[in-house]
Amino acid sequence: MYPTYEYASTVPAAAMLVSLGAMVLILLSSKSPNLREAWTLLAGVVKFALVVSLIPGALAGRVAAFEFLEIAPGVSLSLKADALGVFFALIASALWIVTSIYSIGYMRGNAEKKQTRYYASFALSLSATIGIAFASNLLTFVIFYELLTLATYPLVVHKETPAAIRAGRMYLAYALTAGLVFLAGTAWVYLATGTLEFQAGGMLDADMFSADGMRILFVLFLAGVGVKSGIMPLHSWLPAAMVAPTPVSALLHAVAVVKSGVFGVLRVVGFVFGPELMVSAGLDVILAVLAGGTILLASFIAMRQDNLKRRLAYSTVGHLSYIVLGAALITSAGFTGSLLHLAAHALMKITLFMCAGAIYVHMHKTEISELDGMGRAMPWTFGAFTIGALGLAGIPPINGFVSKFYLGMGALEGGQVVVLAIFLVSGLLNAGYFFPIVIRAFFRPSPQHPVYNEASFWMVGPLCLTAALAVLFGLFPDLLAPVFTLASGISAEILNPVPRP
Amino acid sequence: MIPEHLAVLSIVLYFIGALLIPLLARFARGMSWTLAVATSGGIFILNLAGIGGVLAAGSIRYAVGGWAPPIGIELVLDPLSAFFVLMMSGLACLVLVHSRRLVPEELPGRVTVYYSASLLMLGALTGIVLTGDLFNLYVFLEIAALAGYALLGAGTARAAVATFRYLILGTVGASLYLLGLGFLYLASGTLNMADLSAITDVTGLEPLMVIGLVFIVAGMGLKMALFPLHLWLPDVYASAPSTSTSLIAPLGTKVAAYVLIRILFYVMDPDIIRYELPFTTVLGLLGAVGIIWGSIMAIAQTDLRRMLAYSSIAQIGYIALGIGLGNVHGFIGAILHALNHACMKAGLFLVSGNLRAAGRSQEIAALDHTLQRTMPWTTAGFTLAALSMIGLPPLAGFFSKWYLLLGSWEKSNWIFIIVIVVSSLLNAVYFFRVIERLYLPKGDVKPAKDDPAGAPAVRLDRHFTLVVPVVVIGAGLLLLGLANLAIVRVLIQPMLPEGF
Repeated sequence: MYPTYEYASTVPAAAMLVSLGAMVLILLSSKSPNLREAWTLLAGVVKFALVVSLIPGALAGRVAAFEFLEIAPGVSLSLKADALGVFFALIASALWIVTSIYSIGYMRGNAEKKQTRYYASFALSLSATIGIAFASNLLTFVIFYELLTLATYPLVVHKETPAAIRAGRMYLAYALTAGLVFLAGTAWVYLATGTLEFQAGGMLDADMFSADGMRILFVLFLAGVGVKSGIMPLHSWLPAAMVAPTPVSALLHAVAVVKSGVFGVLRVVGFVFGPELMVSAGLDVILAVLAGGTILLASFIAMRQDNLKRRLAYSTVGHLSYIVLGAALITSAGFTGSLLHLAAHALMKITLFMCAGAIYVHMHKTEISELDGMGRAMPWTFGAFTIGALGLAGIPPINGFVSKFYLGMGALEGGQVVVLAIFLVSGLLNAGYFFPIVIRAFFRPSPQHPVYNEASFWMVGPLCLTAALAVLFGLFPDLLAPVFTLASGISAEILNPVPRP
Repeated sequence: MIPEHLAVLSIVLYFIGALLIPLLARFARGMSWTLAVATSGGIFILNLAGIGGVLAAGSIRYAVGGWAPPIGIELVLDPLSAFFVLMMSGLACLVLVHSRRLVPEELPGRVTVYYSASLLMLGALTGIVLTGDLFNLYVFLEIAALAGYALLGAGTARAAVATFRYLILGTVGASLYLLGLGFLYLASGTLNMADLSAITDVTGLEPLMVIGLVFIVAGMGLKMALFPLHLWLPDVYASAPSTSTSLIAPLGTKVAAYVLIRILFYVMDPDIIRYELPFTTVLGLLGAVGIIWGSIMAIAQTDLRRMLAYSSIAQIGYIALGIGLGNVHGFIGAILHALNHACMKAGLFLVSGNLRAAGRSQEIAALDHTLQRTMPWTTAGFTLAALSMIGLPPLAGFFSKWYLLLGSWEKSNWIFIIVIVVSSLLNAVYFFRVIERLYLPKGDVKPAKDDPAGAPAVRLDRHFTLVVPVVVIGAGLLLLGLANLAIVRVLIQPMLPEGF
């Protein structure tokens, strides 16, 4: 279905660069907070509009491409807005706007220091994320991937407490090593094939490497993208990074950074190795075992966390592996479900994190055991939290149900009963670690007399919006943005690639 | 007239400058800095013209005094030597600009001598690179070393002791080179590089020559501080006056690496060196061990300059590793890393100089986040250079590692790949330790207390000569990274040795 062709366009570059420009403006207007936040919001809207303008082309197979300059013989720093890239960029740029509004409420409500550095790093992170989404080859990908690590480091250590600094060190150690390992794999591919361009259906042929070589290469790439996507045992940085301000956890540790990781998995599976090679070299098994194990383990660990953000972090670890496991199935419904879950989890988890942040700023509560009866004080916040929690457990009509349905279909399509069982059991475990929070908040008696005492509109507005969107996308996946069409299109593109010229 | 003399002009101009400075100081005291900067700046422009001429019209061979080789001395400006002299003169100019405030502070009363010795050393280093005669190379080696001892040993008593050790070891290195040279002469009857190359093409490598090469590699290994011959370096770099370190650290070791490359891959037949003798294997392995050893030792240091010195040992290991790979990618990686590391290390040592100019200690533990407010450009320059050392894209250091990785894969050398990956991580450990201190308050201090909001920051990097070179190098690292392919294609491809 996808006779794609490329045309030169500056739109992908502009979408990437707009927040880089905003970063400079933010740094220059540090004296005037309102102007500074205006730049962030303006850049967010412009970026989102630019990404949206790329959707029709991506749906029709017209791929906007932009080349900056050649950085290695035959390899350019270049961006290409293919369907998968647009899909990810759309999620990241849309949620950046929401998070930015929320950030204003959170940062001011919490009287945080160094807000200029915060907003500037955020803008840079978004540039890197869009760069990752649109990277047209492995080297461009790894460059933006490393840039993202660097740009998010100041956000992780934002609080400047010993714990934050420790978490920052850990984050760097994991993420930089991963980037280097990925780079080593990239160098190997370059040497063996002379090209690094992503290719739907895979850019490698079976005869390019020995069977063992292929497996080693896959492990190199997987270690590279596995850190950011939190595949166990490479996940420990993520719970530690929860010391960051909550908007950072919301956008970066539920959407931009960790999704860059799973996006990388999808690129590696669908566009570097390709479905055929994945199956013939047994790579899908490696991926599935790791992801399946992660889902179950992370869910069990999540149950034991009393700190709300840490529980959400382990839940993120588990759900990221849903996406990975969906891709590992190498089936049409599996890929579709994987992509849908990428979008759905982003919406739901950002809602949950924003709720956690609102509770923290407004009530100064961080532990789940302190939440008794809070639902009556903050009904909107806990209402949104409930929607997110139900969605992640896979209850209809929230979007998490749709994606899990497709993931389950994908498991059946591939005849993988074990995988189906993992999805089902994990759904129950999700309920097991989320519902107690909801029950506590709404049905346990409150220590004080509950009065309506909701957080600032700047925080409650965005989190209600994302919760509403989660329901809306669950009912009508293609209503506001062609999420479903894009997802199924990408799945078809990977599985039935147009033969290479 | 000038084009044909380009090969000799830069050496001569440095030496004339070295002589003029003390003369001029009799009449105008403050002129030494101006003259030194003007000389090095002029030579940089000449070298730009030189590399342009070489790339357009081919190598320039210059017979000094009109005496044709093998009787006379020949200077050769080819793509390799033109590249190195350009890099050296550019960095020297920046470091000399930077020295304006520091030299009178660190060496009161000896400013004239300092600049005279600097130009003498630069002239000799340029001579080492340009000469086409093996014995003449030795002469320049000794001139550079003597001037270098003077620069490094000036100042404190510690510096004098450290430099004395360097003097002994450096002389051993030079003597080893001379000894090797004797063997080569014995076997071939010539000291001219081109002649020797032509002779070995016919005779192959005789055992005597191999012995000579072993001595030369050992001698140059000592001069470039290749593991395990690196012991002299940390003390010298850490105790010398900071401008001397900034001048010598980026250039001195690179020149020794240049001599290795020149003799192994250009004078000798690279195929024999690479495939029949274990020279490259040994160099590569020593480089790899040096990378890890230097990085670990850098982590263990508490003094910024000692940390940078050990980091130099590790980075020299990269260059040796690239030479040791003995393939095109490795060669490109080695040359590119020589350039990148020279720029990065110059930048880092200039930052250390700025700390000194601001009256700050070099103890890493004494660095704190107030520096970020009082010296914003300096800390930014440090961060850029450090990120480049770690090898983060799109800074320059990333791309030299990329080529070294390609070269390692090409040889299927797993050890080297692991070394490159692990060492980048170790680099991150010791550089982020400093970056953390520069930007974040120490963990035990409440950020609100010692950070009086709105208090006007006292700018400590107060003079433009202290700031501009650091900023130029920081921006240059970004540019070198983005333009790396142009450098590889235009400058490095033409210099690839025959047979690569």
